[in-house]
Amino acid sequence: MTNPSPEPLLSLFNVNTFYGQAQVHFDLSITVARGHIVCLLGGNASGKSTTMKIILGLVKPRSGEVTFDGASLIGLTTPQIVRRGIASVPEARRLFADMSVRENILMGAFVRNDREAVALDLDRMLTLFPKLGQRLSQRAGSLSGGEQQMVAMARALMSRPRMIVMDEPTMGLSPLYVDRVLELIRSINQAGVSVFMVEQNASLALEIAHEAYVLQTGRIVLSGPARALKDDPRVRDAYLGGSEAA
Amino acid sequence: MSSWLDYTINGLIVGNVYALVAVGLALIFGVSRLINFAQGSIYLVGAYIGWVAVVRLHTPLPLTIIVVAAAAAMVGLIIERFGLRPLQNSVRIAPLLATIGISFVLDQLVMLTFSPNPRALPSQLPDVRFQLGGGTIGPLDLLIAGVGLTSALLLFVFLRYTKLGWAVRATAQDRDAAMQMGVDVNRVNQAVFGIAAALGGVSGMLVGMYYNQIDTAMSLQATLKGVVAEVVGGAGNVPGAVIGSLLLGLVESYGVAVFGTSYRNLFAFLLLVVVLVLRPSGLFASARQAPPEPLTGTFIAPSRPVRIPRWALLVAAAAFAVLPFFPVSSYVLQTLINAWLLGMLALSLTLVAGTMGQVSLGHAALLAIGAYTSALLSLTLAVPVGLAVIGGGLMSAALGTLLISPSFRLRGHYVSIATLAIGEIVSLVILNWESVTRGPIGISGIPPLSLFGYDLISPFSVYWFSFAVMLVLALLQGRLLGSHLGRSFRAIRDDDIAARAYGLSLNRYKSLAFIFGGFAAGVSGGIAAHLYSYINHETFNTQQSILALTVVILGGLGNVVGAIVGSVALVGLPELFRIAAEYRILIYGIVLLLLVRFRPQGLLGTI
Repeated sequence: MTNPSPEPLLSLFNVNTFYGQAQVHFDLSITVARGHIVCLLGGNASGKSTTMKIILGLVKPRSGEVTFDGASLIGLTTPQIVRRGIASVPEARRLFADMSVRENILMGAFVRNDREAVALDLDRMLTLFPKLGQRLSQRAGSLSGGEQQMVAMARALMSRPRMIVMDEPTMGLSPLYVDRVLELIRSINQAGVSVFMVEQNASLALEIAHEAYVLQTGRIVLSGPARALKDDPRVRDAYLGGSEAA
Repeated sequence: MSSWLDYTINGLIVGNVYALVAVGLALIFGVSRLINFAQGSIYLVGAYIGWVAVVRLHTPLPLTIIVVAAAAAMVGLIIERFGLRPLQNSVRIAPLLATIGISFVLDQLVMLTFSPNPRALPSQLPDVRFQLGGGTIGPLDLLIAGVGLTSALLLFVFLRYTKLGWAVRATAQDRDAAMQMGVDVNRVNQAVFGIAAALGGVSGMLVGMYYNQIDTAMSLQATLKGVVAEVVGGAGNVPGAVIGSLLLGLVESYGVAVFGTSYRNLFAFLLLVVVLVLRPSGLFASARQAPPEPLTGTFIAPSRPVRIPRWALLVAAAAFAVLPFFPVSSYVLQTLINAWLLGMLALSLTLVAGTMGQVSLGHAALLAIGAYTSALLSLTLAVPVGLAVIGGGLMSAALGTLLISPSFRLRGHYVSIATLAIGEIVSLVILNWESVTRGPIGISGIPPLSLFGYDLISPFSVYWFSFAVMLVLALLQGRLLGSHLGRSFRAIRDDDIAARAYGLSLNRYKSLAFIFGGFAAGVSGGIAAHLYSYINHETFNTQQSILALTVVILGGLGNVVGAIVGSVALVGLPELFRIAAEYRILIYGIVLLLLVRFRPQGLLGTI
């Protein structure tokens, strides 16, 4: 197993997860070093999204350990985990469609009580995502997919997280927005936020990630620095070849 | 004679009262996709707390309102914390059944504490009327309008400008995403139940003052009206619930103006059925409103049914068949006759609700149709009783299926609401269609059971007859479940979309289930009519529907043997322990709650 940093921010150790009788994860171990972007690759039904749900406490593992900043997350509720400093950009954005864009972004600051600072952060988001400025009072559900992704990222940043977990942030976006999103993830990361992202689009994800893991039917089959994985023939065959041919 | 303006004012005032109930239902449905059937019970509790405050404690009006709101909110919080929160990870049907159980328990507790007799709830306001155009308006009308508007305003401010209000809205739109923002969904549920209960309680108190009378029958009516208003407005839609309520109030008021008081509820339920059929997501559903509840798959608790060897069933059947040869009292036989009649109803419901997954809350209507048909056939057309009972079964099968058929495309909670409404409609039609049903007088002098010219009057013959009929129906149903048809039913229950993709016609299979179930229930009602010799529109009421549902859940949904075991247990055990009649419904409610919590698959398991 690779462990690139001696002091990981997030670590999953020997996690086993079940849906009823069916086992989803087999001794899953993943670490996210402080300040890194870590990407989890895998095809459909490999257990990627469940990994995200485990971190967020939406699904409870049957065995194994999940720690964040040295403290266990097992047994904590999702809101408690969010308060520890983990924000999320869920799969398919999951905005509050009938609330305004402004309300959506502010919902991201739900766990905070410092009103003035929240207001300042909202302004900061509007400089980071200038397009959203004109859309603040619009229903979030009426935005395009790319714009919704911007709102989802702004919303996640509003809690001033130490780590953001993202479930397929580029899914369903136009190529233009895909580049924009990747750029944003990089700049978020450079501002000091660790990122754990789940992706199907391996070539894109490996471009910005520091480390990567490949998940296949619940088992980690490959892991290492993103640069190395990008050149690994096994990843190439399984993911890159397919996605580039398509 | 009152003017049209009076009817309009009355409609709006009553609509205001409904709105207080419906808004709570909408809030709860919004955050937890649950129709709270206990909402009317909180309204009832509110009315009686108001009575205690006004009559015993002599509180001034503003204080009365505060006391009622606070006490009702407490009840709501208790329901949420102890009744529903433990069921969070349970099957989807569990909270629905729990609210039904809670409502029975609350209603019975109020009845036992205050007696079922109506009480006067004085309004504490001067009894004057002001002229307003062509109509009049009194201080109480203004109070109700004021409370309605104030509540709406407070609720708007709460949802729009408070953190908890935002959490409520976010949870209603996407529960998981809200949790990922750090929203504690339990707190949201608590808030919503507290608010809903406070509004519901105040509503009950205001209605009590408006009619200057409160009684325990208010509860079910309030739940029904609130649900109608909420569904008309679009389930989970708070402003929609307000508009739906005012609309309902006006429709009722004008209906009463034209046709008379006994038609009030008929209009309410017809409005509901029309909306359910034409626009099931309500008149004001937002574009993004979730489609009517895909409550499939995990809808009933999956379990392995308890295997009972065939010989054991044969021995049990033989034992019950020869029971009358032993020196048992006619009291025991009478109790068992009731159990067999309930067993037939339970067979019907376990097929429809368990095997087919359509949780019917109006099954007593099938009894009523069978009973009236059989009684009228034998009385007015002199049809032999044996044939008349079969006629009752056929009529129930046909009419029941016809009435429910517009609702075939509904799922989950909506089926329960539709069946509840249809049940009420049947009872109201019986009440109002005097030329055929003799209206409120009922039908008396129904001839006793007879077969091929021989009267079945002795307890022995009635016992054997009802036992044999139930056994035949049970055997038929057992065969049915093992057949291809039975498997198709279960496929539709477990995943109707997948079943459709395999080419199963939902309408055809749902019709078949209701035809078979309607026949069994109709025969039960027919036999009952000839045993009772007198029936009226209240003989077969919602309590029986709920009792049948409890039996079915006790035995295990879809389980034929379970339905019979459940019937014997729920009819027999209270007799065995000599439990006074007024405590029985309380016990049924508690049994339902305990089952949902600890053994949702029932005694013998679901099939």
